[in-house]
Amino acid sequence: MDLRYSESEERFRKELREWLAAALPTLPAKPAGDDWDGRRAYDTDWQRRLFDAGYAGISWPVEYGGRGATLVEQLIYLEETTRAGAPYVGVNFVGTLHAGPTIMTEASPEQKAEHLPQILRGEEVWCQGFSEPNAGSDLASLNCRGIRDGDEYVITGQKIWTTFAQVADWCELLIRTDPDSPKHKGITWVMFPMDTPGIEIRPINTIAGTSEFSEVFFDEARVPVANRVGLENDGWRVAMVTFGFERGTAFVSDLVETDRLISELVRLARLVTRRSGTAWDDVALRREVGHLQAEMDALWAMTKRNLSQAARNGVPGPAGSVMKVAYSELFQRVTDLAMRVLERGGLSVEDVGAWPSGIFVEERLRSTSFTIAAGTSQIQRNIIAERILGLPRE
Amino acid sequence: MDFELSEDQVALADGVRSFCDGRFPIAVVRGLAEHAGVDRARWRELGDLGVFSLRLPEAEGGAELGWADAVVAYEELGRALVPGPLVWTQVVAGLVPGAATGETIVGGIDRHDPSRIVEYPDRIDVLAIVDDEGIWTVDAGALEVEPLQSLDPLTPVGRLVGELPQGALLVGAATGAGLRRQGAVLTAALLLGMAEASTDVAVAYAKEREQFGRPIGSFQALKHILADMFTRAEVARGAVYAAGVTLDDPAVGSVERAAAAAKLTAAEAALANGKSCVQVHGGMGYTWEIDAHLFLKRAYALEPAFGTRDDWADTIADLLDATV
Repeated sequence: MDLRYSESEERFRKELREWLAAALPTLPAKPAGDDWDGRRAYDTDWQRRLFDAGYAGISWPVEYGGRGATLVEQLIYLEETTRAGAPYVGVNFVGTLHAGPTIMTEASPEQKAEHLPQILRGEEVWCQGFSEPNAGSDLASLNCRGIRDGDEYVITGQKIWTTFAQVADWCELLIRTDPDSPKHKGITWVMFPMDTPGIEIRPINTIAGTSEFSEVFFDEARVPVANRVGLENDGWRVAMVTFGFERGTAFVSDLVETDRLISELVRLARLVTRRSGTAWDDVALRREVGHLQAEMDALWAMTKRNLSQAARNGVPGPAGSVMKVAYSELFQRVTDLAMRVLERGGLSVEDVGAWPSGIFVEERLRSTSFTIAAGTSQIQRNIIAERILGLPRE
Repeated sequence: MDFELSEDQVALADGVRSFCDGRFPIAVVRGLAEHAGVDRARWRELGDLGVFSLRLPEAEGGAELGWADAVVAYEELGRALVPGPLVWTQVVAGLVPGAATGETIVGGIDRHDPSRIVEYPDRIDVLAIVDDEGIWTVDAGALEVEPLQSLDPLTPVGRLVGELPQGALLVGAATGAGLRRQGAVLTAALLLGMAEASTDVAVAYAKEREQFGRPIGSFQALKHILADMFTRAEVARGAVYAAGVTLDDPAVGSVERAAAAAKLTAAEAALANGKSCVQVHGGMGYTWEIDAHLFLKRAYALEPAFGTRDDWADTIADLLDATV
């Protein structure tokens, strides 16, 4: 067992740090949270810069234009970019981490050539059309209908939780093409252009006051069969392909951020006065912070372990469920503790007086989704129980 | 960076596990309750296996292995619930004659522990005493200890009566602090093994036990308890292994912080999993006959050793305070 980085790994880190130090000060100002056009421009500009510097598609194979980085290099990349305050993958998320890898594995050579380079260069933004109001945890029960008409599918139905639909060019869309087969066997995966007539996008307001998710309504929107990836009615398998890619890096950026948040919480606690002294003088608070930091440190170690195992034998999967459950719930406990420190200062989402408190209240709200999105904690526990522990299905 | 067990470490774990399966199966372990927790002949076998001398130089009969390896070996001892002062004996192996071979059984206490509880009073040959000046040793035979009924049938206890002798200085304060960290990490390894074993026992039971016409493990309520048990143990495992690696290679991180995270998460996992193991067993979990209570009780017995969870949480807070 070895936690030291090799010479080549340290070289990779050093080069990346140097590039970030040079590149980040030249970035334009960050757009406002609800300036979607501005956010698209900002995020895709960043993607282009990564591409020009040779860091785009860090986990993509070289043959598709990616960096082909080792898992440890991917870990370093995520650590360094997050620590340096580099832009998040943002609107490039679905393209680089979901639709892109799916296309790489399942699409025809023509489809790959039409989309992969564009995704890497930040020229194409993708969104995900998977979940529906009646198909969340039970995604396979999705109903958005795709009726074959000659060389087109005619699509009618509704999707929900479509991230960044407002600015996307393409949608990785799951449609029900055979309603008479068992639910997993009647689904098709299509690449859907977001400028197709017959769709309506309605942003959703979240409890955090943000609108990154939308409902998307399809009313006889037509898409060429040529946009299908994989065979008709084989879309469920195609969609599941990305779950096979998770190699232990999914939460690295989040770990860096939450580590930083704990340090910021210490600083905040020193500013919040109590009847005598400050919140940081309270042994009970310090002890809770100590507990949370211990768990954070443990999750870092677990990340490195998972990654090392994946690097050795290429097997991902259920370990991701353990990390998701553990991290999301820890993140919520950290933000919950911050609310306890703030007391009535938590009644505003803005900074209160001289306290940099707003971020903690925002994070408390944002953390609420972490035990829900991308597989609820309850589903994750079922997965751990059934696929790792071998317990029988219900 | 390759933070996965090496082939040698896997072999070491397998070796210790086979040994425990053969020489410390649960029936034998339970039987040790009638032997004040330790059978000297079997303790010597542990010595012969090399678990106490793992880190010593070959010239002293050791295997010249590191802390990461010791952690892997102790994880297996914890899994098997092997009783006895395993951690103290390893920590002072090479310093107290006979400890490494299993000839001398060494226990330990904190000089100012108000409970004055001594573990395995009828079996230890030497008692190590920790205070601010370092670690001292006294001949256990010179102590007056009144027996008390123990919580853990496999951790018999007594209470010191009268003055505790000063003892002979074994190591000074700085080395003593280091040994305390090492003790915390080895204890964490035992607790990790226990957290894992109690999960395995509970899962096995949930697959067998049927109610309402099906195995109880098919119900989500139980799946979620068991998933949490697995998750806690997995979270602790990374921290415990990282502590072992950091003890061997302090350049990779703060040893103090690594020991803290290991002891804290492993103790939490062992305690919570001990409770959950009883819970999963339903009414049977409340019986002496079922093994579940042994995991719970040993977790309570080991939690305060070499720093409680709160002590280590305070340590981490102090470290943050110094760097943030």
